[in-house]
Amino acid sequence: MSEHITEIVVFTVLFLLVSGMGFVAARWRAPQDMAHLDEWGLGGRSFGGWITWFLVGGDLYTAYTFVAVPALIFGAGAAGFFAVPYTVVIYPMFFLILVRLWSVSHRHGFVTPADFVRTRYDSPTLALLVAITGIVATMPYIALQLVGIEAVLKTMGVTGDSPIARHLPIIIAFAILAAYTYQSGLRAPALIAFVKDTLIYIVIAVAVLYLPYKLGGWGAIFEAADKKFQASPAPGDGILLNANNQVQYFTLALGSALALFLYPHSITGVLAGKNRGVIKRNMSALPAYSLLLGLIALLGYMAIAAGVKPLPGAKAGSVDSNTVVPLLFDTNFPAWFTGVAFAAIGIGALVPAAIMSIAAANLFTRNIYKEYLRRDATPAQEAGVAKITSLVVKIGAVAFIVFLDPQFSIDLQLIGGVIILQTAPAVILGLYTRWLHRGALIAGWAVGMALAFWMLWQIPNAATGRKHFGGSAFPLSEFGFDTKKTIYVGFVVVLVNLVVAVLVTFLLRATKTPDGVDGTTPDDYFADEGDPRIERERTTTVDTVSST
Amino acid sequence: MTEPESPRRTDRSPWNWLLPVPIVVPLLTPLYNHAEPRLGGFPLFYWLQLAFILLGVGTTTLVYRMSKRGDRS
Repeated sequence: MSEHITEIVVFTVLFLLVSGMGFVAARWRAPQDMAHLDEWGLGGRSFGGWITWFLVGGDLYTAYTFVAVPALIFGAGAAGFFAVPYTVVIYPMFFLILVRLWSVSHRHGFVTPADFVRTRYDSPTLALLVAITGIVATMPYIALQLVGIEAVLKTMGVTGDSPIARHLPIIIAFAILAAYTYQSGLRAPALIAFVKDTLIYIVIAVAVLYLPYKLGGWGAIFEAADKKFQASPAPGDGILLNANNQVQYFTLALGSALALFLYPHSITGVLAGKNRGVIKRNMSALPAYSLLLGLIALLGYMAIAAGVKPLPGAKAGSVDSNTVVPLLFDTNFPAWFTGVAFAAIGIGALVPAAIMSIAAANLFTRNIYKEYLRRDATPAQEAGVAKITSLVVKIGAVAFIVFLDPQFSIDLQLIGGVIILQTAPAVILGLYTRWLHRGALIAGWAVGMALAFWMLWQIPNAATGRKHFGGSAFPLSEFGFDTKKTIYVGFVVVLVNLVVAVLVTFLLRATKTPDGVDGTTPDDYFADEGDPRIERERTTTVDTVSST
Repeated sequence: MTEPESPRRTDRSPWNWLLPVPIVVPLLTPLYNHAEPRLGGFPLFYWLQLAFILLGVGTTTLVYRMSKRGDRS
């Protein structure tokens, strides 16, 4: 630990600096009345292009991504590069979709995707399913941000013997995070994101210029990686894809892209934008982060060329490949710069963790508390409940990491990505058509969820010797095909969900099952800043609620 | 509440048909799953996929600019 003292000092100073910013953020662009969920949970729906860019960028490209993607490249090679096509296709895919969601949410004051589903399909049950899916998918994602910080702390030698001592720095970090998120809401991560991303851009620019120079050029880096994969006995690795993992590669990229903007925290970032133009311009500007991610991914190969050996994992005999990038910096840069890089990762975990906990709190408040527990909650009460919920969510995430094997969070996050896709038919198609019946959407969701768990349960992982939840690459041979090819579970499951939804819709239409009243009008999907808003829309529809 | 008097708004535009291009092209693995030709030491697999980022940015920017007039924003 003592040889890392400079790193620890730089890390701590930067960490405390942004924590101070987190508290001050409550007064940044201060509203007249903070006791409203629009203010605490969506930053007043007032963010312009630049703030949205930093906020959503810091939200989608999390610390865990920055640590885990190069770790994947380090271990498996080309297959880990799916993160690049994933973050390229996502923006043209959602270009029109998100703008519609923004407009209808602006018009009706929706705070969550479940709010939209509730009004569009007149179905509290479907909204509840969307909300619960969102919360369940988000929780392990928050826990994983802690894994990102932990990889850095481990490299700096900040560890202890008992579980509590080992996790004390993380508990303190999250307590500070919880305090300023409680006070400042979405303004805190928005302000901190400026610092975090500036640090990350500088660190990565230096790393991708200096490291190849030191390691003998990009050609030598790819050569070293190629040599490693040639020598390894694993069949799936290499610096190119092989015949069996190409379907997996593109279905994973496509499925992940579809899933990412369904996560509640992504939608929270988007709804905080002030008009349609902000969202559209960001669809062109956010890929700057994809370039950053692509370069960070290649740090995995640089670690191979530099001969980095990952630190041991929690279990005897295992290695923690998440320590690869921190170690690469630790062994190749002066201590003060390594400290800055580590701070960038550490702070990088706080921004998404804050937004995710706010998004989960918004879902609970709007779609469970207000829907089922307290119909007549005032906006001030909503904000109060959301603030408390954000604390509970963070305590839960810390408990996940302290008391359970981190692998459990990684498994859950894998499942989370697949289950959040099950809300796609209701949320995405719902923005375009109401043809799918609300009962059919519920049926599709249920079948999709069951299938997702079954498929993920079936997947073993040869590398870690685990029999279940070993990854998201499903062998097509399980479906009776005579092939070694694999496919992304989420891709299959969302298609099955859709087919079920269509078939059940025909059935329910044939039996003339009521499908509720659409609370939106076609023009709502094009509303922009300055258009009149429909206030307290939900209180007027309470009487017409049916039991679906 | 009555609807504001305004021409019927839409997000339809012929330019939207460009959007599928940067969605489909980066998913065609046979297109880029090769080592040669290399560029600055990067195998094709890596530099071409990084170049697709520009394809994505270019397309969304073009669609935004060209369809802006109909969007009243």
